[in-house]
Amino acid sequence: MKRHIISILIENEAGALSRVAGLFSARGYNIETLTVAPTEDASMSRMTLVTSGSDEIVEQITKQLNKLIDVVKLVDLSESPHIERELMMVKVRAMGEMREEITRLCDIFRGNILDVTPTSFVIEVTGEKSKLDAFLRGIADDHIIEVVRSGTTGIPRGERGLHA
Amino acid sequence: MELSGAEIVVRCLKDEGVEYIFGYPGGSVLHIYDALFQQDDVRHILVRHEQGATHAADGYARSTGKPGVVLVTSGPGATNAVTGIATAFMDSIPLVVLTGQVPRAVIGSDAFQECDTIGITRPCVKHNFLVSDLSKLAETIKKAFYIATTGRPGPVVVDIPKDITDPKVKIPYEYPKTVEIRSYHPQVKGHHWQIKKAVDLLQGARQPMIYTGGGVILGNASKALIDLTRFLGFPITQTLMGLGSYPATDRQFLGMLGMHGTYEANMGMHQCDVLLAIGARFDDRVTGQLAQFCPDAKIIHIDVDPASISKTVRVDIPIVGDVQTVLEEMMTVLKASDFKASSQDISDWWASIERWRAFDCLGFDRHSPKIKPQRVIEELWEVTGGQAFVTSDVGQHQMWAAQFYKFDEPRRWINSGGLGTMGFGLPAAIGVKLGHPEADVACITGEASIQMCIQELATALQYRTGIKVINLNNGYMGMVRQWQEFSYESRYSESYLETLPDFVRLAEAYGHVGIRVEQPGDVRPALEEAFRLKDRTVFLDILTDPAENVYPMIEAGKGHHEMRMAPGVSTDRELA
Ligand SMILES: Cc1cc2nc3c(=O)[nH]c(=O)nc-3n(C[C@H](O)[C@H](O)[C@H](O)COP(=O)(O)OP(=O)(O)OC[C@H]3O[C@@H](n4cnc5c(N)ncnc54)[C@H](O)[C@@H]3O)c2cc1C
Ligand SMILES: Cc1ncc(C[n+]2csc(CCOP(=O)(O)OP(=O)(O)O)c2C)c(N)n1
Ligand SMILES: [Mg+2]
Repeated sequence: MKRHIISILIENEAGALSRVAGLFSARGYNIETLTVAPTEDASMSRMTLVTSGSDEIVEQITKQLNKLIDVVKLVDLSESPHIERELMMVKVRAMGEMREEITRLCDIFRGNILDVTPTSFVIEVTGEKSKLDAFLRGIADDHIIEVVRSGTTGIPRGERGLHA
Repeated sequence: MELSGAEIVVRCLKDEGVEYIFGYPGGSVLHIYDALFQQDDVRHILVRHEQGATHAADGYARSTGKPGVVLVTSGPGATNAVTGIATAFMDSIPLVVLTGQVPRAVIGSDAFQECDTIGITRPCVKHNFLVSDLSKLAETIKKAFYIATTGRPGPVVVDIPKDITDPKVKIPYEYPKTVEIRSYHPQVKGHHWQIKKAVDLLQGARQPMIYTGGGVILGNASKALIDLTRFLGFPITQTLMGLGSYPATDRQFLGMLGMHGTYEANMGMHQCDVLLAIGARFDDRVTGQLAQFCPDAKIIHIDVDPASISKTVRVDIPIVGDVQTVLEEMMTVLKASDFKASSQDISDWWASIERWRAFDCLGFDRHSPKIKPQRVIEELWEVTGGQAFVTSDVGQHQMWAAQFYKFDEPRRWINSGGLGTMGFGLPAAIGVKLGHPEADVACITGEASIQMCIQELATALQYRTGIKVINLNNGYMGMVRQWQEFSYESRYSESYLETLPDFVRLAEAYGHVGIRVEQPGDVRPALEEAFRLKDRTVFLDILTDPAENVYPMIEAGKGHHEMRMAPGVSTDRELA
């Protein structure tokens, strides 16, 4: 069971997202995160999808995705050097000496404090999934009020890009 | 030329060369029906249920190789069509299904007869479109035909809101000559090196098998397959969907493989050292227990759909491409190599195969006082000179038709394999007959299946499609009963149909000829009479042995070499 980051260029058509989501549910594939947003080309969206499975399953997933008529291009980022990022916002209970401790933790993870009340902070952290997981482990569960994560997105290293 | 959306729909069909459109009217498609009324180029076939429309279009497509076209209204019209769309999808049949939709302004408001057709059909179409703008209508229809018929074929739905077809709004019309879809480029040519590697492997084979499927028929590659198989001199077996693309009466043909395949075909699979799979998708009815599938074989797989390759069974040499193009190139490479069928000694292999063949695994009691369904199919084959188009429903009768009607040509055997849709046979036969008005068309069915689309007998009368319905009436959902006999200690839970109609009078009520056959000796005269009545639809209600089972059978969890044979056929000596 390896983790794969699959990056897709897909026609910006109504229903394109449901074709991808439907494929995963209909075939029982695992989907960890899914992000979609416009690209430099208004006719297409970029979708980044994190999944895991045996080599055979992941091979089927990429073949089935490629088979969708709306899918223009697809790469499995995990097969070559790439950069991955995820954005997380965490609302934490912060009172008394905890305020200082959380600020320190935030510095270590190069996070930003976006909102402050007498009893809470909203902290923004970006990075790889593992870094965000580590940040959360650093805060006691009962201090966490809310966690919002964007899901992973990524880009290959080097000068080559994904185009139609 | 300025046309309304409704006129554009009809005009596109004409420009696409569509002969028939199978449909049923309703509110959201009335503008289109009005446009159809005012022309004679495209002929509309009015069915009695939208499921029938999709199956009839499907039968037309399977038998002619041209796409089948369907027109239904929104809401219930579209949902009724879904079974037929899914049936075509599972067997990769090209259909273009036009569905009416509520006007754009009210989409999403739970308007009268609104349903999310795009959402409902999404998992069972190759692609679907919601036409959002009149200016895109012609282009979308062109794309639909293009996608449906190229690569791995399949059904495409075009959902058309009613206001798009408004007769008062006209725009200039031109049917696009070509289409380019940047995200869709099916691969036609196979990778040359892979083909070379495959040829090397074939050359070294001592116990080779060729296993082919529906892809050879879909890709019109029958001739290329025959040339290659004869040149190689290898044994060949086919899936339920592949029958007819290699002549069944030829000595190299071992019959169908899989769950109800022949002993020789399944044993050949189990013991082969090289397997050449062509346009087949390693379905679970074919492979049996995967862990035991072709344990000693290196596998070559030719398929136009990369997702069919190594999906359930890992293959050694994948070749993605169109079957005809690949087979022709393979033949060229073979001829240029030092391969000679005679120099490659596989005579021991053939000797094993002949030994397996000698068990006569399809044998049945020919002296029974009851009508044996297998014998009915043999007699049908004799009476039609093996030349009929045969559709079927789903059940035991379907398997007997596949085993006993020896199809020598492609596109003659028309059945629902992947979805296994009861109700398919009769409407499909109507579609076949419209595509081949001069041919003999038989629908082999069972008393349960036929009742799922029996209303289409009215369609058969309206269009004078003289088809022969051969109802192998065993009084049971035979296939279900057989499983219950084998796996549930003969507890026949709900598989007996107590209140069967009088099919003869039912056929007559629909304006057709009905004949009941109760004695083995009466089968042949009844068949002859039915086909003599060339233009009439004849319903033969043949009372067959209710206890008959389909053999051989690979039961769940078993491998190819673990077939259950008919009582009295023993392979113990062989298996020891
Ligand atoms: C009651 C019942 C019992 C059954 N028992 C059996 C049985 O005993 N044996 C059996 O075989 N089946 C049986 N079936 C049918 C079974 O369910 C499958 O439908 C069937 O085996 C699939 O056949 P296929 O592999 O030829 O695939 P198809 O569904 O015909 O698929 C065709 C393949 O060819 C490819 N293809 C299409 N066009 C091209 C082209 N131009 N070039 C290259 N490739 C192409 C496609 O991508 C696909 O992979 C049974 C069905 C029923 C309802
Ligand atoms: C629409 C649908 N419902 C249920 C089934 C399950 N099924 C498969 S075969 C069969 C019985 C068919 O009986 P009949 O048409 O009499 O054929 P026989 O097996 O007796 O030849 C059933 C219920 C199916 N294939 N399709
Ligand atoms: Mg029956």
